[in-house]
Amino acid sequence: MQTDIIISGFGGQGVLFAGQLLSYAAMDEGKNVTWIPSYGPEMRGGTANCTVVVSDEEIGSPMVRFPDAVIVMNLPSLDKYESLVKPGGLLVINTSIIDRKATRTDIRVVEVPANEIAEEIGDRRLTNMVLLGCLVSNLPILPLAAISKALKEHLPARHQKLIPANMQAIEKGASFQAAPVR
Amino acid sequence: MNTLEQDLEKLVYERPDTLVETTTHYCPGCTHGVAHRLIAEVIEEMGLRDRTIGVASVGCSVFAYNYFDFDFVQAPHGRAPAMATGVKRTLPDRVVLTYQGDGDLASIGMGEIVHAAARGENITVVFLNNANYGMTGGQMAPTTLPGQKTSTSPSGRDVETAGFPIRASEMLSTLDGSSYVVRRSLHDPKSIRLAKKALRTAFEVQIRGLGFSMVELLSICPTNWGMTPVDSLHWLESNMLPYYPVGDYKINPIVAEIKI
Amino acid sequence: MARELLKGNVAIAEAAIRAGLTSYFGYPITPQTELLEYLSARMPEEGRAFVQAESELGAINMVYGAACTGARVMTSSSSPGISLMLEGLSYIAGTEVPMVLVDVMRGGPGLGNIAPAQSDYNQIVHGGGHGDYHVIALAPANVQEAIDMTVLAFDLAEKYRSIAVVLIDGSLGQMMEPAELPPFKPLATQFPEWAVRGAEGGRERRFLSSIYLSPPEEEKANLRMLRRWKDVEANEIRYKEYFMEDAKYVVTGFGSSGRVALSAVRAARAEGIPVGLLRPITVSPFPYKVYEELSKKVDGMLVVEMNTGQMLEDVLKAAQGRTPVEFYGRVGGIVPLPDEILTEIHRLVEEKPAVGGHPRDRWMDRMIKMN
Ligand SMILES: Cc1ncc(C[n+]2csc(CCOP(=O)(O)OP(=O)(O)O)c2C)c(N)n1
Ligand code: SF4
Ligand SMILES: [Mg+2]
Repeated sequence: MQTDIIISGFGGQGVLFAGQLLSYAAMDEGKNVTWIPSYGPEMRGGTANCTVVVSDEEIGSPMVRFPDAVIVMNLPSLDKYESLVKPGGLLVINTSIIDRKATRTDIRVVEVPANEIAEEIGDRRLTNMVLLGCLVSNLPILPLAAISKALKEHLPARHQKLIPANMQAIEKGASFQAAPVR
Repeated sequence: MNTLEQDLEKLVYERPDTLVETTTHYCPGCTHGVAHRLIAEVIEEMGLRDRTIGVASVGCSVFAYNYFDFDFVQAPHGRAPAMATGVKRTLPDRVVLTYQGDGDLASIGMGEIVHAAARGENITVVFLNNANYGMTGGQMAPTTLPGQKTSTSPSGRDVETAGFPIRASEMLSTLDGSSYVVRRSLHDPKSIRLAKKALRTAFEVQIRGLGFSMVELLSICPTNWGMTPVDSLHWLESNMLPYYPVGDYKINPIVAEIKI
Repeated sequence: MARELLKGNVAIAEAAIRAGLTSYFGYPITPQTELLEYLSARMPEEGRAFVQAESELGAINMVYGAACTGARVMTSSSSPGISLMLEGLSYIAGTEVPMVLVDVMRGGPGLGNIAPAQSDYNQIVHGGGHGDYHVIALAPANVQEAIDMTVLAFDLAEKYRSIAVVLIDGSLGQMMEPAELPPFKPLATQFPEWAVRGAEGGRERRFLSSIYLSPPEEEKANLRMLRRWKDVEANEIRYKEYFMEDAKYVVTGFGSSGRVALSAVRAARAEGIPVGLLRPITVSPFPYKVYEELSKKVDGMLVVEMNTGQMLEDVLKAAQGRTPVEFYGRVGGIVPLPDEILTEIHRLVEEKPAVGGHPRDRWMDRMIKMN
């Protein structure tokens, strides 16, 4: 089985880190995985996205046009990716800064006020973790525990103290379940 | 707005026409923008717009041609003085300027700049020294200060292995072909005024056919220095100025007579 | 060794260190700069030589000097920087000293952009520098292969006194994948009999040069290099096949194009189309024989590249009109996506294009209509 995921938002929202954490978790679970960032002029423009492919077999293209699942952290990302999600796929929307609803009815949509949740936990920078937790809990690819394990194994020692807050964010995000396809 | 207010309004700061109205791609606070403005003002005040040709280099200023409302070409990394030579020799009555970063001019392009100066090439070089390679993400440049941390001198520039910074103005001033070589800084309003005056003189030198002119401008790179713009200005003042003193390094005696 | 999540550029740099890289010389250029940055920290840590050169011209000639000592040496750059290195590469080839070059290709010509491309194929595979010389060019398609090919590049360069190039595009340089790094090789203590290291112990002096003033001597040198190249051709061809056993159609591409095509081939297989994938790993020497044999068996080939059809010419040379060849390329820094290649597979199977004409012309017509 192969799952193609895109995480997209403004630079500085932790888009790339969320994708890397997901990749570490997939690797540790024995999966094949690729992580590829958008790079180049786009970086200066302020948008950032990365594509993560998780698969049981050798991965062909690390880039995809029609993803199975997308996290959109800002409006331009929703505008860009909503129409590209595969039918039946998953769309995770950060409603804290996106005031538009998804219009598609043939995909699973889940709305998460991720900034507010992160702020409640005490750090706005946890927004990406809230959304990642939501994504993973709505996809059958990895147990949520794989993410916490990856945090413990791959976060540098000086950041280990941040793990409890990160875990809280991930679990809070995981409690948001997508509505089934309408 | 009522009429009374309008009457009281006095425009004291305007975009020169030679500067295109567009959003900049430079990072917030970057002094590349200040240098651009100064050049545009001088070209406009001197009425040179219609006969100026710019040569952009490779660095953050690679898109300089997007901002100036006069003709431009764009050179390979380091080769702007050679390209400018080609333009100037073919169109001797045009005003030709290059705009180059420190990596471009003092590293990969050291051969071209030295020989342009040695030939007394009648061009004007604007040399923006920000002590690193801005565009590629903050690597060590030939101008990086001893001990300065960059992405390719992660423990600070070690002069034992990476050598010493190059003072390009001092070096080029030793060449008989150079006519006007000065260093200015962009870290405060007074320095900026002096920088503008130097640019004006440099173009005068070229117009009078006096040979090679260069204005080195000390500049900041908040993004890659990892500082706020304000801290960067202070850093420039306390670290770059002592190593790269502002001053006139070569003034052809005829240049000294130019009154502006 | 455990699998680690590694970025292509960093993986190559660390693999080189483990393969015994003694001296590295480089210059910043996107999308290769992580290699230089990584080595600026790691080489001094290992007590080895690192110099950020004043330019690619400086870097390649530092490599030239270091290579003459018989040590393992490397430089890396991206397309415009490689152009500057061509003079040095020709000298190094003419002096018959080994070195490893990493080219992380980007869009061109000229300054182009920093997005991934494969348009240095001709510059690397078919020369670029002056004179008759060949380089070994390895085109990995994933991070593990990039590591393995880097190690292999050092071995092959030494074995054949040749330049070995690791040819990747910017996307592989920037991407992360789990991979296993090789164990540390100790630095060499024995050096070849040609190495210039000082005539210690009063041995006869040696010198290295690429100058042969007498034409018969130069001819001899050329033939000697060519003979060595023939050995490379005979022994070092590498490629990878997918779904080829019963394939009636073949898609082929190197590096990233090849791996993107794999997704398209899988999708086509799922629809029941008997299509396979041939991904050359050595693009120089090029696996002509493999393509020649295939051209006798299959009903059509599709060449996919991130350029306007450079490897295509080599495939056409091998196929000799025995089977229809079609081409699909994206250029300027655009990576083709699987759905585009799947469409091309459908076209190949349904339209059964005739042999003859030039595939590039047909592709161009389609592209112009699209744009
Ligand atoms: C031949 C070649 N080598 C390397 C590069 C990559 N490159 C682009 S800009 C740059 C450095 C620019 O630094 P600097 O001249 O100091 O300008 P700044 O961005 O700091 O203003 C480099 C190395 C290139 N474009 N061409
Ligand atoms: S990277 Fe540095 S030099 Fe370039 S625009 Fe940003 S602040 Fe200015
Ligand atoms: Mg600079």
